[in-house]
Amino acid sequence: MKDRFFEAAQRLFGRLKAGELLLCGLSGERSDFVRFNRGKVRQAGSVEQGCVSVRLVRERRQAVATVVFSEELERDADGALADLRASLDGLPEDPWLLVNETPHSGESVRRGRLAAPEAIVEQAVGAAAGLDFVGIYAGGTLCRGFASSLGQRNWHEVDSFHFDWSLYLEADKAVKSSYAGFDWEDRAFEAKLGQAASQLAFLSEGQRTVVPGEYRAYLAPAAMEELMGMMSWGGFSARARATRQSPLLRMQEGAHLSPALTLVEDTAGGVGPAFQGDGFPKPDKVVLVDRGRLGDALVSPRSAREYGLANNAANAGEAPEALAMAGGDLDEQQALAALGDGLYIGNLWYLNYSDRPAGRITGMTRFATFLVENGRIAAPVAPARFDDSIYRMLGDNLAGLTRSRDLLLSTSTYGERSTDSMRLPGALLSRLRFTL
Amino acid sequence: MIEERFRRLRSRAPFWSLRLHDEKRELLAVRNDTVEPPRRSVDRGAMLTAIVEGGYGYCATSDLSVAGLQAALDRAGAWAEATRGRSVAAFDPASMPAPRGEYHSLSSKGPLAGKAEIHDLLLSECRSAKVGTRIVERVAMLELVEDERVYLTNTGGAVRQRFRFTLPRARVTANEGVQTQSRSFEHFHQGGLERVTDSGFVGSGARLARDALALLAARNCPKGTMDVLLMPDQMMLQIHESIGHPLELDRILGDERNYAGRSFVTPQMFGSYRYGSELLDVTYDPLPGELATFGFDDEGLASSKVFLIREGILETPLGGLLSQRRAGLRGTANSRATAWNRPPIDRMANLNIEPGTSSLEEMIASVRLGVLMRTNVSWSIDDSRNKFQFGCEWGELIEDGRVAGVVKNPNYRGVSATFWRSLRMVGNRDTFEVHGTLYCGKGEPNQIVPCGHASPACLFSGVEVFGGE
Repeated sequence: MKDRFFEAAQRLFGRLKAGELLLCGLSGERSDFVRFNRGKVRQAGSVEQGCVSVRLVRERRQAVATVVFSEELERDADGALADLRASLDGLPEDPWLLVNETPHSGESVRRGRLAAPEAIVEQAVGAAAGLDFVGIYAGGTLCRGFASSLGQRNWHEVDSFHFDWSLYLEADKAVKSSYAGFDWEDRAFEAKLGQAASQLAFLSEGQRTVVPGEYRAYLAPAAMEELMGMMSWGGFSARARATRQSPLLRMQEGAHLSPALTLVEDTAGGVGPAFQGDGFPKPDKVVLVDRGRLGDALVSPRSAREYGLANNAANAGEAPEALAMAGGDLDEQQALAALGDGLYIGNLWYLNYSDRPAGRITGMTRFATFLVENGRIAAPVAPARFDDSIYRMLGDNLAGLTRSRDLLLSTSTYGERSTDSMRLPGALLSRLRFTL
Repeated sequence: MIEERFRRLRSRAPFWSLRLHDEKRELLAVRNDTVEPPRRSVDRGAMLTAIVEGGYGYCATSDLSVAGLQAALDRAGAWAEATRGRSVAAFDPASMPAPRGEYHSLSSKGPLAGKAEIHDLLLSECRSAKVGTRIVERVAMLELVEDERVYLTNTGGAVRQRFRFTLPRARVTANEGVQTQSRSFEHFHQGGLERVTDSGFVGSGARLARDALALLAARNCPKGTMDVLLMPDQMMLQIHESIGHPLELDRILGDERNYAGRSFVTPQMFGSYRYGSELLDVTYDPLPGELATFGFDDEGLASSKVFLIREGILETPLGGLLSQRRAGLRGTANSRATAWNRPPIDRMANLNIEPGTSSLEEMIASVRLGVLMRTNVSWSIDDSRNKFQFGCEWGELIEDGRVAGVVKNPNYRGVSATFWRSLRMVGNRDTFEVHGTLYCGKGEPNQIVPCGHASPACLFSGVEVFGGE
């Protein structure tokens, strides 16, 4: 895709008139997907797709079009350019337009060693024999590109895969696991699957029900991923802060979280591109929460202009794409002992704000969640609803963070495979409020 | 043209199909009196599917040349062979339908308004929401969508469907100190620009601003067990999450257990299980103009109205042809894909509650203590679609049969399996409204599809209600 994209962009640049500036972006993939249920294949297939965005700027006016990366790319791009010109004629000046006028080109290519897709079918069906195995393999090549008529060229390409699955014992008793990376290894997959299967034994005990109330709790990194995903919905956005819609609004007014909590947008440690959609290079790190105090916001070029802030090259949604939480001093192997009596929560599910300005979040436990007594797993617990605020969960009630952190590659495939990631520790909470 | 290319394709698979999507979108928006950059997009591509005895495969491509389509069909055929004998479903090429037909959205015949005229309308709504310094954000937007879908099979099937959507939205946010309240307007239907004038969008800016300021000044929603009167724009979410998803056959069959979840409903419940009170009638209904109305689903099954729940008793699940065969149950035409790049799976389409006989006034008058709630703002439900908690933008306290003022942060929680049995009154046709959501997420790989939900206002008793911090 790379050569074709840059050639198509260059072709468009050659058609520009005096005073016009053009920015082109590409998001593409060649991916294989194999979906499983009950240890067999539900749907298997391949997707080859790309979309090319074209942003035309003239006399401080701008309009955007997206066309398909297809055999008719050049024709469609020409049509888009003509449409954009016509659009600009009727538009007022855009006061929040900010264009990167300092070209900063770069290229990042990470080749991986992916399994042949048909081999995934054979291996997974074989390895899952006798197990109620359900999930998805998604793997292939992802690419992001940018080109501007000012001469900038950026390219990001990575071969990667994620295999995300659950093993069910019965009804809602299940263990969730995954194998993700850049180089597929049969033995690593089978080891992960075997490890998950061995955990099913913990689910065989009679299931307990959580009575509403407050419980000491340990949130595994995958559960923290859900919590951080919810906080990322407006929590670090400059626009949300300026319009008083951030769930961290109370932090803007002086409230704080635990001094053990530091959150960073760690682009350098992530797996996504180092440039954003308008071609601005991203800084390696942006400190979002610094030892419990509100840090910098993620500032898109548009917000930078509108609110007079320093642009830190956030994408338009101003949400983290490589969120990292600093680890603490809790040994992960000692997490159950540190928990003592309480709930070990492997995964959370379907979170939402029950009072957004107050930072209050509700959600469910899911998959491997256990009652722990005297530092030992006593019984699995039925899905339970919590409803508690960020300020309690990650403030006064944050009793510790694990030293080790997990790199969690996003399994999102809405529209296309995601390049987002998080690097998170587990968290020990002295109290977590359950309601249903 | 695509038919001509399709005729030139070859495969050894006994059944193969092509599903073409050609979608054009245009988004026009004004935020805080500034015209946002207009955005247009074209998304065009095809999914080739091959089915052999016991095997299924797909390949999606945006290369619509004969060579591109043939390469995709070859890849789909290879997947079908690779999964033969390893599939959870007994794929049967001989049982695949060969539908023929057309569908067009109802739409005004008039020409589209010019962009300048639309921007003027959006600017007007945005400006009219500027009613004081406590209003911190005002957004008005209009999205225009034209979507053509073609489904062709090697067995002679040929379906062409044309959809037009006109989607007006507005949102106004007010703030004072650490209190922020928003009111929003959405009107998601099929149709042309007549939808803008029909919908109440004109005048929404000032109305939403008034509401947002009223919420800032309102007391918190009370806490306790009481009646809840849900207006149609919240019933939409209640139906979607606690009837629609639990009745989807692929969830019942376990396909979604690694992501969207399972269901508390089992196949044995159909025909006898009391889902709700005897006032509850739920239908899958391709109403003209409703968001997810179509002539055929994405695997060629023709759509028609089906009762899912009648007088409170569970009758029929939501499942396309393949799921129906897997489960041995009747279903509905709702095997749907978000676009050309994703395979069809069971998705609720239009899921509606039939009107009852009570007027809104009668329902309010019957309440000793309760809260009327409008416009969903928060939704969360467990993976079996049972334990839920929902919140609304707008609440009105009802005491001794009268509305007693606005309350903010209204939330309620319950359990699907028992909540619908507490349905005490169902609003008449005067309270009936057609709504829809654009953002139903599900599936692996993930897909977002629009769903339509029409409902009268409904009154529930004995619900756990609470407010904000």
